[in-house]
Amino acid sequence: MSGRTGQRAVRLTVYLACLLPLVRLATNGLGGRLGPEPIRAVELFTGTWGLTFLVITLAVTPVRRVTGWNWLAGYRRPLGLFAFAYVTLHFLTWFGVDQFFAIRYIGQDILKRPYITVGFASFLLMIPLAITSRKAMVRRLGKRWATLHSLVYVAALGGIVHFVWSAKADLSTPTVYALILVLLLLFRFVPRRSARPRTAGPRDLPTPVP
Amino acid sequence: MLIRRAPEVPSSEITPESLYLDRRSFMAAASFAALDLAAPSLGRARARRVRDDEKPTSYASITHYNNYYEFGTGKEDPSENAGGFKTRPWKVEIAGEVAKPGHYDLDDILKGQTIEERVYRHRCVEGWSMVIPWSGFPLRNLITRVQPTSRARFVEFTTLYDPARMPEQRGGVLPWPYVEGLRMDEALHPLTLLVTGLYGRPLPNQNGAPLRIHVPWKYGFKSGKALVRIRFTADQPANTWNVVAPNEYGFYANVNPTVDHPRWSQSRERRIGEFLRRPTLMFNGYADQVASLYAGMDLRRNF
Repeated sequence: MSGRTGQRAVRLTVYLACLLPLVRLATNGLGGRLGPEPIRAVELFTGTWGLTFLVITLAVTPVRRVTGWNWLAGYRRPLGLFAFAYVTLHFLTWFGVDQFFAIRYIGQDILKRPYITVGFASFLLMIPLAITSRKAMVRRLGKRWATLHSLVYVAALGGIVHFVWSAKADLSTPTVYALILVLLLLFRFVPRRSARPRTAGPRDLPTPVP
Repeated sequence: MLIRRAPEVPSSEITPESLYLDRRSFMAAASFAALDLAAPSLGRARARRVRDDEKPTSYASITHYNNYYEFGTGKEDPSENAGGFKTRPWKVEIAGEVAKPGHYDLDDILKGQTIEERVYRHRCVEGWSMVIPWSGFPLRNLITRVQPTSRARFVEFTTLYDPARMPEQRGGVLPWPYVEGLRMDEALHPLTLLVTGLYGRPLPNQNGAPLRIHVPWKYGFKSGKALVRIRFTADQPANTWNVVAPNEYGFYANVNPTVDHPRWSQSRERRIGEFLRRPTLMFNGYADQVASLYAGMDLRRNF
């Protein structure tokens, strides 16, 4: 059976799909289709996708529990790292392109502008999570790993607050993210079924032979 | 309040000479452009001498990066959604403290006005800017014609409210219609322009056709688009962004690098098409012409 090869193909497909936004950004950029204010467009694009991948990552466990697709668990880490990658691109675009390394203004903005303070803090918060995402670290940190990584909710919340506070009047997109995050958070408080010993459900029964 | 003097910006660079078009040739150009037979030579023939850093922003950028929430909140929404917007027939109501109120046809409003080209800096409250070759005529020409009474101290500008033609007005992102206002002396200032065109062509819909205002020393939101009413009042009129967020947007909204927006700095701006941000100038570089209007005023409080 080619189960392992199949898994690998699925995994590769997922990774490539995660890169699609970046490819689109690059082709739009090279094709001059980022509009009159391309730096702003890149910031908006990378920030939105960072937040999207954060939300997708946070949805893995709830979806796994609802569907019983346990193989999804293996995608939590790579999806989280893609979120971190897009957020990092977002930060670097602001730092190195938009502000062009003007440390004085960057420092002032981080200290004085709450939306930048929150956004920057959320980015910093994701760094230890990315560093400790490896399997060896999960083992080494034990219970503390789960506690540490629950901070991802704080980072996502910070990202949404950053989005809301940077908006002028149209809050429709950040509101969608906020609603999804609240739902995912609420799901965390739904009691786990898997705590009980698993009993055979209809799904586990062998297909009856007619 | 210390008002720093902006570097000298000779008016010759803001309003190049030799750009005055008479109405007849303007209308000819307008109708050609409207038929999509626009003769770009018209624009090019009028050689203008402007400093490199005041080079007009490209037509494509000016017409595809717009804050015009009536047609959507995205910067490119207006260019996508305003295409079919009909701007004729068009009436403008002159109302309030004025000797000659009434519903004026747009052609009547334009009658007898000399359309001139003026290259103005445009600074958005969001921190970006453009240089725009408008065509139009000073608002004061219209004001003197309709004769405001002695009670008139302010002018209110109302944008069209028509949700059937302006899709975003079906939603509640802003209270509609969009209203803005100026003090009478600001409205009468020779720089304050009633705009009818852009780059020597009729004003594109996404830029506020058929008639908009532009007050170059104020943030862009002060300059209402698709005007249907000009009302003269004794009291200071409401202005939409001030109603929505009074701590963030004031009535005056003069471009001022020393008074930040509560959420972001106003000390620098990105000129569309440029890479590095540039310092924002007091009164958007028009301090010589307009600073006296605000002598003795606390611009930090009257932001």
